[in-house]
Amino acid sequence: MEGPGRASARAWAPTALGCDSASWAGRMCVCPGPRRIGIPVRSSSLPLFSDAMPAPTQLFFPLIRNCELSRIYGTACYCHHKHLCCSSPYIPQNRLRYTPHPAYATFCRPKENWWQYTQGRRYASTPQKFYLTPPQVNSILKANEYSFKVPEFDGKNVSSILGFDSNQLPANAPIEDRRSAATCLQTRGMLLGVFDGHAGCACSQAVSERLFYYIAVSLLPHETLLEIENAVESGRALLPILQWHKHPNDYFSKEASKLYFNSLRTYWQELIDLNTGESTDIDVKEALINAFKRLDNDISLEAQVGDPNSFLNYLVLRVAFSGATACVAHVDGVDLHVANTGDSRAMLGVQEEDGSWSAVTLSNDHNAQNEREIERLKLEHPKNEAKSVVKQDRLLGLLMPFRAFGDVKFKWSIDLQKRVIESGPDQLNDNEYTKFIPPNYHTPPYLTAEPEVTYHRLRPQDKFLVLATDGLWETMHRQDVVRIVGEYLTGMHHQQPIAVGGYKVTLGQMHGLLTERRAKMSSVFEDQNAATHLIRHAVGNNEFGTVDHERLSKMLSLPEELARMYRDDITIIVVQFNSHVVGAYQNQE
Amino acid sequence: VMFYRLLSVARRQRTSPGWQNWSSMRSNMSTAEAQSIALPAQAQVVICGGGIMGTSVAYHLSKMGWTDIILLEQGRLAAGSTRFCAGILSTARHLTIEQKMADYSNKLYHQLEQETGIQTGYIRTGSIFLAQTQDRLISLKRINSSLNVTGIPSEIISPKKVAELYPLLNVHDLVGAMHVPEDAVVSSADVALALASAASQNGVQIYDRTTVLHIMVKKGQVTGVETDKGQIECQYFVNCAGQWAYELGLSNEEPVSIPLHACEHFYLLTRPLETPLQSNTPTIVDADGRIYIRNWQGGILSGGFEKNPKPIFTEGKNQLEIQNLQEDWDHFEPLLSSLLRRMPELETLEIMKLVNCPETFTPDMRCIMGESPVVQGYFVLAGMNSAGLSFGGGAGKYLAEWMVHGYPSENIWDLDLKRFGALQSSRTFLRHRVMEVMPLIYDLKVPRWDFQTGRQLRTSPLYDRLDAQGARWMEKHGFERPKYFVPPDKDLLALEQSKTFYKPDWFDIVEAEVKCCKEAVCVIDMSSFTKFEITSTGDQALEILQYLFSNDLDVPVGHIVHTGMLNEGGGYENDCSIARLNKRSFFMISPTDQQVHCWAWLKKHMPKDNNLLLEDVTWKYTALNLIGPRAVDVLSELSYAPMTPDHFPTLFCKEMSVGYANGIRVMSMTHTGEPGFMLYIPIEYALHVYNEVMNVGQKYGIRNAGYYALRSLRIEKFFAFWGQDLNTLTTPLECGRESWVKLEKGMDFIGREALLQQKQNGVYKRFTMFILDDHDTDLDLWPWWGEPIFRNGQYVGKTTSSAYSYTLERHVCLGFVHNFSEDSGEEQVVTADFINRGEYEIDIAGHRFQAKAKLYPVTSLFAHKRRKDDVELSDLHGK
Repeated sequence: MEGPGRASARAWAPTALGCDSASWAGRMCVCPGPRRIGIPVRSSSLPLFSDAMPAPTQLFFPLIRNCELSRIYGTACYCHHKHLCCSSPYIPQNRLRYTPHPAYATFCRPKENWWQYTQGRRYASTPQKFYLTPPQVNSILKANEYSFKVPEFDGKNVSSILGFDSNQLPANAPIEDRRSAATCLQTRGMLLGVFDGHAGCACSQAVSERLFYYIAVSLLPHETLLEIENAVESGRALLPILQWHKHPNDYFSKEASKLYFNSLRTYWQELIDLNTGESTDIDVKEALINAFKRLDNDISLEAQVGDPNSFLNYLVLRVAFSGATACVAHVDGVDLHVANTGDSRAMLGVQEEDGSWSAVTLSNDHNAQNEREIERLKLEHPKNEAKSVVKQDRLLGLLMPFRAFGDVKFKWSIDLQKRVIESGPDQLNDNEYTKFIPPNYHTPPYLTAEPEVTYHRLRPQDKFLVLATDGLWETMHRQDVVRIVGEYLTGMHHQQPIAVGGYKVTLGQMHGLLTERRAKMSSVFEDQNAATHLIRHAVGNNEFGTVDHERLSKMLSLPEELARMYRDDITIIVVQFNSHVVGAYQNQE
Repeated sequence: VMFYRLLSVARRQRTSPGWQNWSSMRSNMSTAEAQSIALPAQAQVVICGGGIMGTSVAYHLSKMGWTDIILLEQGRLAAGSTRFCAGILSTARHLTIEQKMADYSNKLYHQLEQETGIQTGYIRTGSIFLAQTQDRLISLKRINSSLNVTGIPSEIISPKKVAELYPLLNVHDLVGAMHVPEDAVVSSADVALALASAASQNGVQIYDRTTVLHIMVKKGQVTGVETDKGQIECQYFVNCAGQWAYELGLSNEEPVSIPLHACEHFYLLTRPLETPLQSNTPTIVDADGRIYIRNWQGGILSGGFEKNPKPIFTEGKNQLEIQNLQEDWDHFEPLLSSLLRRMPELETLEIMKLVNCPETFTPDMRCIMGESPVVQGYFVLAGMNSAGLSFGGGAGKYLAEWMVHGYPSENIWDLDLKRFGALQSSRTFLRHRVMEVMPLIYDLKVPRWDFQTGRQLRTSPLYDRLDAQGARWMEKHGFERPKYFVPPDKDLLALEQSKTFYKPDWFDIVEAEVKCCKEAVCVIDMSSFTKFEITSTGDQALEILQYLFSNDLDVPVGHIVHTGMLNEGGGYENDCSIARLNKRSFFMISPTDQQVHCWAWLKKHMPKDNNLLLEDVTWKYTALNLIGPRAVDVLSELSYAPMTPDHFPTLFCKEMSVGYANGIRVMSMTHTGEPGFMLYIPIEYALHVYNEVMNVGQKYGIRNAGYYALRSLRIEKFFAFWGQDLNTLTTPLECGRESWVKLEKGMDFIGREALLQQKQNGVYKRFTMFILDDHDTDLDLWPWWGEPIFRNGQYVGKTTSSAYSYTLERHVCLGFVHNFSEDSGEEQVVTADFINRGEYEIDIAGHRFQAKAKLYPVTSLFAHKRRKDDVELSDLHGK
């Protein structure tokens, strides 16, 4: 039987590189989820990307045996695939028929397991049911949740932010998403961001550690920069710039800290030098754009220069060769800026006067669904590349996001790439992925980290902001996201209140209706964290828009090799605004 | 719907003569002309609120001869909670005074239609209280006993009988029920209109659509009322503003604190059943299911008191009339489930509507009446905890008596506004507390239950130390007091499980504490006591105190006097201990909940004299009670001063040093009859003195104790406590305290006349101690208070407090014995002979236990000596 799987096996012959859509779609079979980068990675190279990330999914490996996979398949795959960028809709069973090409045998290990499981399932006469219990489900969902409440000091210095909830649910092992949140200490405002890595988590990790420092520095007035520089120079204690709000699992790399600091210092030294002496108001939008571009530039430079320490040398290369999108919000009083690079999204939850919820998008996705991005790319490159620059809705037929940090394969010239790889460590040389040059690669750079910045002035009806990676947005409509969070935060399901009106309703009918509604609501009270609540819905929602425990249980007990087929990493930050403070700002003016 | 009925009633009644006067005025008022109609410039009484409370007060005042009365209503008459009231009149209440009010209301409403000609919809349906659990049945049996001796017919019936009375009910999960056949349903709005009509016939002027803005006060006395239509001068103001009583109280320049808060309350109306329910179908109260059900126009009306109430109007949003608030079916769902479980056949019954009518609740689930402690002439009647219709008549009567005679005919301390102070007036406190109070209406009420919300408001400086040592706390007047101390190795039951009518789980703990008080020494933190200091430049303090207090206070400096603060009738307004600190200064210790009442009483009776100073020093002193035979050793070791009776006789007070701390007021009394000392310690020394006492006390076997041990000790010693045993209607002669009254000294004091008369005529009730004979502590229901006392089979009174005496190994109940004439029921003189020659029984939830009556404490208790043979090794262990 000729399926896409077979096609992909063929397609991997170098001659067929990037030829037809089927080949890429087929290649996707290895990791059929919406991998954002369509370049195969050998599994032996996994250590390349294995930062010390906890992998909670390992727990479920043995559990899957008794699961009714086909049922999940039927429902989960279907709804997942409508978000896929692949042009050919393929049938799950076909995928399973795919025989791995010998050259990628090692790479395809996970798939072999998959094969086993499904075979087992197929011939098992009486499949036993196994579900995670609700407490087990909760412990998985809540493993990474984090909440921060802005402290109040006797009503003084009240922030327009009440606090935020964040959480992430891995699909990749290790997870490639990252999140950051910090309060600026030398300027006002709070920074929050989600970062979606691809081809590993090195780049998203680096960006999550470094980007806010670049932003904070960009926002600092000249005098403060001078003060900090002088302190460094004279060995005095430094002014703290950021107060981080981190979950214990959100780690910072110790080894690169010095390197990162030096790059940052170079940046502020340049800012000091550039200052003409006139103290001008710092424009947040400009600061955000500068910070994004500068960090990406530094990532690129660090990889080109290398480091005498072999570990660090390898690290900076991993960072540069992997990629990450970023969606960052800066909130200062009623001024909300969102800087977005890639396809994560910032969504504002607005409560209308009648109590209902509506969603206001504060960022544009940088991918093939955005006409303006396609236009931009076509304009930036010669006309003869118009067909190849975006293919199968991907950049050069490979990359889903059209803007990203890192990904020097789409930025450096071929010469530079070859030079760096050759002089680089052996691991890099042996890596299929890094050596592979994108097809139709004529006029780099094809990719930029420059963000699109949106400004929004907060109003009292703006109750919260959801920042989330595409893992959320591809499973849920933005309107549903905002409604679920809104109802959760107000503690009230805006299920239409029941009114008897002129209808004939009996006590029994009413009772039935109410019991049903209560069952719906009970899921709300399980979560203390809005982000967790949203993930519960994103993963567990059935066709009626309510959380189905059976479905949730199945989705969460997928082995790590399979999880990625049904869902992407999901990272969510829900920022809650203080309407009273926002309203007070409004009244002041 | 009720509203339409209300209107139609009004229309129908226009022709009746009494009504005409008022209604014609009303129709004039309802248009723009209303502005032009001037209010009278003055009146004796202005009542604010045209609901059932305001109209009832007006009705009763006018009946008692006060007719110069104006009743103001901001919207229309009977348009607030009264309009939405479910119309159930139920006499089954927990407090005797509440039962009496409801019983009076029932009788009043019953004849109201005849009296006024206005239809009130009064129908005697009876009510059935269901018990799904044995504990609920016990609770019902207790109420049943109390109802029967109050003269309200009721009986405990079997589930089978319930099914006979009410075939539609599912009785399979019931263990029993109580039937109260004379309970009724009535249209509360019509009752209010009828009362208003009768009052207006008696001359009361009624103005609706007139808003009271605030009350004018001069020198602590009401002088008038400011309304949106002008001012009215008056001597008395009555706040019957219901939900808005709190706001109205606060609107004063000197705020009057009326702690109440509203919660949303839902009930359901249905269309008629296929066979419409008879209008005399009994009302059902299924407290375990949290619902009530009454017949309503052939269908049913059913509401309840849910576990998760929705407080409302916290910010004090004032509305003219309670608008139709949103129906919240999801919120009502548990009650609907409960209803359908009780009456499964209603499944097919069609819904008419869900009514949302806010009800007001108070911090202790008792209504609020009486005069403001800060403004004379400012009376309040509000906070009915959703029993406004049941209490309306009786409460109005008592308040009218209070205003006309200066005091009501019953003891209403439990309902007195002065039991609260400003400290219960925080909106946050009220909001949190009523969320606990509303469900409590249908929760099981077991002895010694404590509120869980609004706690830790007032604490002693030792709170944390005691808490760390296992203290369990109760609250009185916002003050945290230790009940007992749980030893580290002991686990108590969870809160819900510990609710019992039987032997409680702390029995052994308190026993150990009592034993330690008897044999070694215990320390009890009693800082909550109210403490006043009265000083003067000359003899003014002594003079006024001699007039205000019944015992002779002209004692040598350093002496302590137990004395009552009596009213004109000779009844106890307060019972206190007063120490003479020096010639011109007195230190007065009263019960905790006297802080507001006693202060108001003293302020009212003390002359305005700059040389006379009254100060509330409650917060300045931490009080430690060292009880036990070794207290003297501890204290002498800490003070290097001889503490033996020769140097420090009982009822003696001395300022001395304890440990490093100086100026500790040490008093040789313990409020229990046991030997020991009270230490009044300036709060900054409290921790030091406590630590020193505990350190030194170690070798004498000292341990912490709580109020439960104290109560056991004082009750077995026959010590009466004000607020529990004593009240404004009990005199010193009635509780054997003649020796504490200076009747023979020829000095005048308040209440002297009444006491002299009583001495001549004899007393009509006598405080008596009962020792239960055939009561099994482990297996039988425990007495609490309020149990009926029977003498030779005749009801003679109720108990006022009770405790297990670990020394007598028996339960002890205290209570008053009356002598009701067998023919007329009139009260007759009670002699010691009468007491001694009776056979007594105490009725605990329907079961009568034999009891021995005593007029004096058991003497052997005072001479507690351990025999040599009883000593054992364990006595050498530290306690």
